[in-house]
Amino acid sequence: MLALQFPPLGHIVDWPNFIGGNNAWYGVNKVVLIYLLAMLATMLIFIVGNQKKLVPTGMQNVAESAVEFIEDGIAMETMGKEGLKYTPYLLSLFLFIFFCNIFEIIPGFQMPATARIALPMFLALLSYVIYHGAGIKAHGPLGYFKHALVPPGVPIALLVLVIPIEFISKFLVQPFSHTVRLFANLLAGHILLVTFAVLSSGLWTLKWYAVFLPLPVVAVVFFTAFEILVSFLQAYVFTLLTGVYINAAQSHEH
Amino acid sequence: MSTLVLAATTGLTNKGVAALTYGLGAIGPGIGIGYLVGQSVQAMARQPEAAGMVRTTMFLGIAFVEALALIGFVVFFLAGA
Repeated sequence: MLALQFPPLGHIVDWPNFIGGNNAWYGVNKVVLIYLLAMLATMLIFIVGNQKKLVPTGMQNVAESAVEFIEDGIAMETMGKEGLKYTPYLLSLFLFIFFCNIFEIIPGFQMPATARIALPMFLALLSYVIYHGAGIKAHGPLGYFKHALVPPGVPIALLVLVIPIEFISKFLVQPFSHTVRLFANLLAGHILLVTFAVLSSGLWTLKWYAVFLPLPVVAVVFFTAFEILVSFLQAYVFTLLTGVYINAAQSHEH
Repeated sequence: MSTLVLAATTGLTNKGVAALTYGLGAIGPGIGIGYLVGQSVQAMARQPEAAGMVRTTMFLGIAFVEALALIGFVVFFLAGA
């Protein structure tokens, strides 16, 4: 009875270029615009946070609490004192992902840039290079592979089994799950919002079933609030896991 | 009865099987996250001074458990397309 037309997946995450033709390498579409805006916002926080006013006001408060959150909540929590030198990387990672995510609920954009796999994959690979680099720097090339692949206290006979498993999980599955966690969460949230918006517009009629209209409308409002939480949480989790992986790669405890 | 046999006998489409299987795949992570958060709340209630540490570890655990459900979500789109 309801003639609902759910858009196919491609229609809600693909955007036409509005600068340059559809195949131009310099083409700018909505997602690229979001990257640029998120980058600007991240840089703004860094610039504002660099003013050294003794009594912070306005934006400097926000910047300082963000730095403190990353420093105490992520760098110290996962890596201890030696993790403090990674604070700038973790902070820019967190802010950039958070700003890319939050465009999911900003009217006019309503598209999380992280719902296209390119961005999460790039960030996960960047972190991949950084944490393996940190490990190689701490243990040396051969020492690092021994540290990563041979868990302590395993009998020699079992190593045939353990080393391939550790290799697959550390070098192949870990960046994949790091990517998919961010990507799929934001894509799922985006699809959820689209679904309830389509449902609301489908019920916007004078037929008797319009009495159900409040339900999807309330759901859209509720899930929009929920997506703010998800945007924050996924940026936090991605950064936290980066910290955990760096720590696992460079730690000396055995 | 395996899903493939079920699909063959009931005429389910590829999309239907994908949706059904994702539903089945979400059961495990659902139980996992429920148990994890429940235990963490209990730990935080017993020892409020350790709440910060418990919360960080909880989110870490949630992230690992959730990955299974999310991989299922991606496979759902790959299979259902």
